[in-house]
Amino acid sequence: MSTQHNQRAISLHLASERPSSPEADPGAGTTPAAIIELEGVSVCLGGRTILQEVTFNIRPGEFIAVLGPNGAGKSTLLKVLLGLIKPSAGRVRIFGQAPRRGNQLIGYAPQHRTLEGALSLRARDLVGFGLDGHRWGPGWFISGRRRRQAIIEEALAEVDALELADMPVALLSGGEQQRLLIAQALLSQPRLLLLDEPLSNLDISHEQEIIALIARLCRARGMTVLLVSHDVNPLLPVIDRVLYLARGHAAIGRPEQVITSSTLSALYGAPVEVVEALGRLFVVGVDI
Amino acid sequence: MSSLFSLLSYPFIQNAFLAGTCIAIVAAVTGYFLLLRGLTFAGHALPNIGFAGAAGAVLLGLDPLLGLLAFTIGAAIGIGLLGRNLRERDLAIGILMTFALALGLLFLSLYNGYAERVYSILFGTILGISRLDVLLSFGVSLLILASILLLFRPLLFSSYDPEVAAARGVPVRLLAIAFLVLVALTIAIAVQIVGALLVFTLLVGPAATAGRLALRPATVILLAVLLGLLYTWLGILLAVISGTIPVSFFIAFLSFVVYLPVRFGIGGFRRQRPASSPISRQASAN
Repeated sequence: MSTQHNQRAISLHLASERPSSPEADPGAGTTPAAIIELEGVSVCLGGRTILQEVTFNIRPGEFIAVLGPNGAGKSTLLKVLLGLIKPSAGRVRIFGQAPRRGNQLIGYAPQHRTLEGALSLRARDLVGFGLDGHRWGPGWFISGRRRRQAIIEEALAEVDALELADMPVALLSGGEQQRLLIAQALLSQPRLLLLDEPLSNLDISHEQEIIALIARLCRARGMTVLLVSHDVNPLLPVIDRVLYLARGHAAIGRPEQVITSSTLSALYGAPVEVVEALGRLFVVGVDI
Repeated sequence: MSSLFSLLSYPFIQNAFLAGTCIAIVAAVTGYFLLLRGLTFAGHALPNIGFAGAAGAVLLGLDPLLGLLAFTIGAAIGIGLLGRNLRERDLAIGILMTFALALGLLFLSLYNGYAERVYSILFGTILGISRLDVLLSFGVSLLILASILLLFRPLLFSSYDPEVAAARGVPVRLLAIAFLVLVALTIAIAVQIVGALLVFTLLVGPAATAGRLALRPATVILLAVLLGLLYTWLGILLAVISGTIPVSFFIAFLSFVVYLPVRFGIGGFRRQRPASSPISRQASAN
């Protein structure tokens, strides 16, 4: 596994385009301070404890896989970071500040479902939401329309989807739609990218494409990525660490440290066996 | 033919055309967002709930429009608060609507007087549209259009992707309620001509057809407005010629007749995609 871990898909051809964000960036230039800090964070929703005293730090530029069984609080964790859910206890810091809605430094693509009404929406319209979808007014009379289209096309090109620009979103495949959502999330030049199950509903070849794309963006932009997934195997070559959630608790570390029988048994509070077979890791013994 | 022109010179028919124009434009615009947000059932339920309010107002000796406005706006806020779970929301709307219809029935049976005003609320009329009604429709339409223009981008964003919109700082729930109040206002002015039972036609028909013909949100809205105007003008004209058949019948009929071929015939070009996008080429190579 450790040899696989070194086959990191690093592509540096975009390094010159690394955005210079005018906003707060405590990590730049100095020693890499934590970009995300959680200290004893608990979340209760509808009387149910989703997260319980979760503590971890994530450094700038890390590619983290967020793993765990259904209902372990993976999506909830992302929503806490986005300021959409308030923790009932504990302290959360992102870029040294409390989470808040509308933070331009965070790009977010939620768990994807096909949109019924998306027939009359072109790819470029969907991606454009990331640029000015939150602004008031129709945006029909703004002066920088050409510049706006240029920015959108640049983002489309970055995810290899420029040819899809004028296609109706509803006609695109799951992998293509996922590319658009990533492009949309990239438009505010975020320093942190939160992706909720971007690999679900993708066949293997598209899964590999999306993973390579995200890894490239992460390394080229020095962007921190939290990617929620139910399977760590396709991600093992590219990630730095895994954040494993189960029963409201969290374990973080390199895959070979966390995805072990002893760590996961402690996390689940039940005997769990990690089996390596056919070059893949399998977690057995619990309902995952 | 000349008798048609003399009919059209009557002030009340001119008033019907003017008010109808305002209504067609506003209904097509709000209807587009109604479809986008999966709120078509709410669009059907709101006017029916409004009917109960109108019947209640008649019973109390008030202007039925006041009762209609109170009930539709109240219900709009309630539906907006119900949130996004589609199945639960539609169930709640359905139960609310049938209760409101039952109330309307009760109010009607308690009312001993001449119930023509209530029937005109149900089915609409082109007779008796006063110049004041026209001005009122015009003013309310301007208000609705200005509001939609102001809310346009966040409303579109949150209609397609409420989660990301909320994360980007769009006040999603407030927007949902504000939009439904605009729908309630649209219904209130539309009811006078098309009636509560068939407001749905003008709200949903043009937008549904336009959504199958155009690709960009702005183009869809423009096309929906043009279709709405076509249905309304032709509908009023046919109602004037026929003399006895209500305008709502003609509008609903035209809307149906145009939607049908668009739904099943043309529009097939939408299902085609470029022969070789780089991604599909890659996929087939794998």
